[in-house]
Amino acid sequence: MLSAHEVKTYIMQGLACDFVQVQGDDGQHFEAVVVSPAFVGKNMVQQHQLVYQALGDRMRSEIHALSIRTFTPEAWVKADLRV
Amino acid sequence: MDTQEMIKDQVTSNPVVLYMKGNPKFPQCGFSGLAVQILQACGVNNLVTVDVLADPAIREGIKIYSNWPTVPQLYINGEFVGGSDIMRSLYEQGELQKLLEKAVA
Repeated sequence: MLSAHEVKTYIMQGLACDFVQVQGDDGQHFEAVVVSPAFVGKNMVQQHQLVYQALGDRMRSEIHALSIRTFTPEAWVKADLRV
Repeated sequence: MDTQEMIKDQVTSNPVVLYMKGNPKFPQCGFSGLAVQILQACGVNNLVTVDVLADPAIREGIKIYSNWPTVPQLYINGEFVGGSDIMRSLYEQGELQKLLEKAVA
């Protein structure tokens, strides 16, 4: 069974990130927050595609559902200020 | 017609198409249900849905078509808009409503 920590590791291995948080403890459903400079200048579809790319085939086989929120480093600072 | 051509035909001949698991009345997955709820909240009345569970070729083919590994997937005027996370985000920003208004016009 996949753990949230493993999903986090896979994302970080496949994508240069400033920050990754993954939650979910049933082995199939996960929620991820990903902050990466690679997202700059990309639309939301392209940002999510980068995260999916990092997970590769695991997205087809092991992970049933992954909810993703992506932020550029700049957007993340603004989001943090709002909290 | 092969699957990719069939999908292209579906998304270009209908203004708003949602690929989902199940149908709007009986969604078979929470994310698909959420996607339908968002579109209904936007007042969409010309929604066409495709149940990927009813056709294995479409279920795999749609992932290739958009280079996107999950369902639901929303298309407006032939353009891939995103999955349920992006739909929710666009809805909260008021952007999804604008895209849908253009699709209806």
